Amino acid sequence: MSKFTCECGHKNPRGTFVCESCGKPVEGNEQKEQLLDMKYEGVARRSQTYTTTFIDKIWMFFSSVKVGIWIIVVTLVASAIGTIYPQEMYIPPTVNPANHYADEYGLMGQLYYQLGFHNLYSSWWYMLLIAALGVSIFIASVDRFFPLYRALKTQRVTRHENFLKRQRVYGTSAVDDIDRSFDLAKEKLKEKKYNISEENGNIVAEKGRFARWGPYINHIGLIIFLIGCMLRYFPGMYVDEHMWIREGETTVVPSTGGKYHVGNEEFLIELYDEDDEVFKEAMQRAGGPVVKTYQTDAVLYEREDTGAVGSEGELIEVDRKKIRVNDPMKFDSFALYQVDYKLHELNTMSFTLENKETSETFGRVDIDLFNPRSVYDLGNGYRIEIREYFPDYFMNSSNIPTTRSQIPDNPVFIFEMYTPETPEGEVSFVGIRTNLEPVGENNYKMTFVDVETKHVTALIVRKDHTLPFLIIGGIIFMIGLVQGSYWAHRRIWLQRIDGKVWVAGHTNKNYLALRKDIEFAIADTGISTPIDQVEEEEITKDKNN
Amino acid sequence: MATISGNLLYIAFFLYLGATIAFTVSITGKKWRNKQGEVSGNRWGTFGFLFSILGSLFSIGYFVTRWMHSGHAPVSNMFEYMTFLGIAIGFAFVIIYAIYRLDYLGLFTMPIVMLVIAYASMFPGEVAPLIPALQSHWLTIHVITVALGQGILSIGMAAGLIYLIRTLDFTKANKQTRALEFVMYCLLSLVGFIVIGSAFDAMDYEAKFTFINENGLEAEMNYTLPPLVGPNEGQLLTEGVIAPFFNAPALIVANDLNTVIWSMLTGLALYWVLRLVLRKRIGGAIQPILKGVSPQAVDEVSYRAIAIGFPVFALGGLVFAMIWAQIAWTRFWGWDPKEVWALITFLFYAAYLHLRLSKGWQGEKSAWLCVIGFGIIIFNLVFVNLVIAGLHSYAL
Repeated sequence: MSKFTCECGHKNPRGTFVCESCGKPVEGNEQKEQLLDMKYEGVARRSQTYTTTFIDKIWMFFSSVKVGIWIIVVTLVASAIGTIYPQEMYIPPTVNPANHYADEYGLMGQLYYQLGFHNLYSSWWYMLLIAALGVSIFIASVDRFFPLYRALKTQRVTRHENFLKRQRVYGTSAVDDIDRSFDLAKEKLKEKKYNISEENGNIVAEKGRFARWGPYINHIGLIIFLIGCMLRYFPGMYVDEHMWIREGETTVVPSTGGKYHVGNEEFLIELYDEDDEVFKEAMQRAGGPVVKTYQTDAVLYEREDTGAVGSEGELIEVDRKKIRVNDPMKFDSFALYQVDYKLHELNTMSFTLENKETSETFGRVDIDLFNPRSVYDLGNGYRIEIREYFPDYFMNSSNIPTTRSQIPDNPVFIFEMYTPETPEGEVSFVGIRTNLEPVGENNYKMTFVDVETKHVTALIVRKDHTLPFLIIGGIIFMIGLVQGSYWAHRRIWLQRIDGKVWVAGHTNKNYLALRKDIEFAIADTGISTPIDQVEEEEITKDKNN
Repeated sequence: MATISGNLLYIAFFLYLGATIAFTVSITGKKWRNKQGEVSGNRWGTFGFLFSILGSLFSIGYFVTRWMHSGHAPVSNMFEYMTFLGIAIGFAFVIIYAIYRLDYLGLFTMPIVMLVIAYASMFPGEVAPLIPALQSHWLTIHVITVALGQGILSIGMAAGLIYLIRTLDFTKANKQTRALEFVMYCLLSLVGFIVIGSAFDAMDYEAKFTFINENGLEAEMNYTLPPLVGPNEGQLLTEGVIAPFFNAPALIVANDLNTVIWSMLTGLALYWVLRLVLRKRIGGAIQPILKGVSPQAVDEVSYRAIAIGFPVFALGGLVFAMIWAQIAWTRFWGWDPKEVWALITFLFYAAYLHLRLSKGWQGEKSAWLCVIGFGIIIFNLVFVNLVIAGLHSYAL
């Protein structure tokens, strides 16, 4: 980096606006009358100095706060668009999104779907926006932090006249005994917790410089957070699986490689008492029962490691817990969350074979709706075969009986009934409250006897190795934000120039407090209160109106 | 306990009214300052400050007693949240007033506090049981922090509004004055909603319809205001009430739309009555009162409020929100509309700070941003809750 030497002897990098040491404004860069632009202490920034090569141009683009603000605003607008209609993940899972948006929201909905806004937040361009935001934060911070750090470190006590004159708070006054006044002011400033530095009888009082690092620290936090979000897409970092477990059953926990199994010993749901004195009125308004708690009595099993290939070890109980909403079960790096339930899911249906004429019954078949056998032998030549089974029956558009899923919400059977009387078999079509004879009249029928239901619990299996990054990023972000927002960097210069006292002040925010500090410091010293040049201008403007 | 709690809130409301009056006198009562000596003009400001502190104390009383009664922090539905937001704006005012001693800020903030609390009272106020997802200490932590953050940000809006009314030239009709009058109109519509809603509520007004809902099924709908717009294929069941002029399509919640129309009409009526009485733009009528305000100082206050409120909002609305979402909903972020709008609020104020610090957007531009920011907060609170229902739709 080429340098030039200021009259104070300090070597400044090319592109500097204000000498890093004495503060003398570099000539030709600014108009002399105006207040000095104290942004980043007038340092030379790479983005302002090197502007020719391709890399320079990229650097310039992303280091610009203006560009950064545009990225923020575009992200803001895009995010808002995503809330106009529900995102795909919030529409019912059974519907076809291509039709759903058009059906529900008309032409606008269709357009929304066709533009891909139904998956806006995972679209490539939204991701690109977030990435651009990250790059902008990074480059803009690097571009400013290092020169600013150097400038605040190399600043010296005695400042150039033009620097003082062009501060927002500035004043000169004649004092009888400058030494006494300065000593008095120094004491007062120390009382206000200022750090005092002296040089040739001049003073600079400074406090809260660390507030200047706040923005850079919170930006570091944000970058760590964004990196954490990105890590999710690396294999092994993130697991998000849904599982349903019926009461009394044990299921393997997905994504654990068969290592863990979880059993649902009991599912329990509790409602608020409708006569509850406190909540009665609100519940009447809501017009229905309100769920108080639901929980799964879960047992966690780990498969024993036998060491031998091909042989499976026993399941050993390792933990048990009542899993509730807001209270997940944790093991290894996994967590099991209670998210949903289904009460009274059909589990077993029982029928008997009945002679329609005599009403005589023959045996009983208990059909496991999740695993029906194909043949049930009732003895004495009586036999039931299941020709077809539709767990969740419906007629599809081409009028063919079919099933929606493997969940028995609307089970329908096509039975073949064999008896000594009807050895060729009779066909019957049986569902809930349906009993049809599709191929001619039968002598026998399947009579419904009993049904057994079970509660089913829905758990989510979650593993998220990105959380430490997010937590650390979040903490650093908050520290930086507070540091930059709740503290202010203040400097007060007291200099003797030509037998007079010059006072100047600078702060990155809250000039009112700075002026109060100055007034406090110079009380009884004979130094007159400096003026706030911005306020002065406002008053003159007001008078002219 | 419930009665005590309600009464404490009433008292707090009237204390805020007292504060409003005291601040008004402190500013407009300048003329007789000479008779009573220099100090008396300022003393009314101190009274206002005392009233606002008392108001905050009684609000805490309401909050604590309601908490004891229901067993959970009263921040779980629209009534409770809105009320607490009003209280939080009151707290934020006390903090900012303690720093800047700006009576004008009280003149603008106290009525906003009253307006927000009155608006809250339009929602059902019974103590409601908590659904399982809400049963967590994070409800208390997250919601209270968010409300405090939004409360402090609201002070930024109030100061911005003072800046605008102080500095705009109301003798001209231009974009700025029109926009400011629109802001005034929005506030008056909120007043209109409260006035008209309470009036018909006091009369026990009700109109019942049967209608065909968006799923093509027959359903019933209740109106608490005279139906200007009926529901889809609505049949009026109640006798002796006016019939709607037209019916809304099925997709729109007709009674809500009807309420919005009533509020806008009442607001319009209030606005024009005021305009005719004042014979000036509303902003122009307020302007002379603000003569003593230093625009630069009030600009500083508004920036200070945003700088204080932004970290609090970020902590409550994003950080705590994510922690709780991870515990209750298994993921820290799920693009639920309310989450997205919290992010939008965050991005908006982030843009505000960058514009101010790096692009030199101070004074008028920055004041407009403060007002828009408050608009976003209210939008997220009201519109996203009531219209774009998601996981957060605990409203009513």
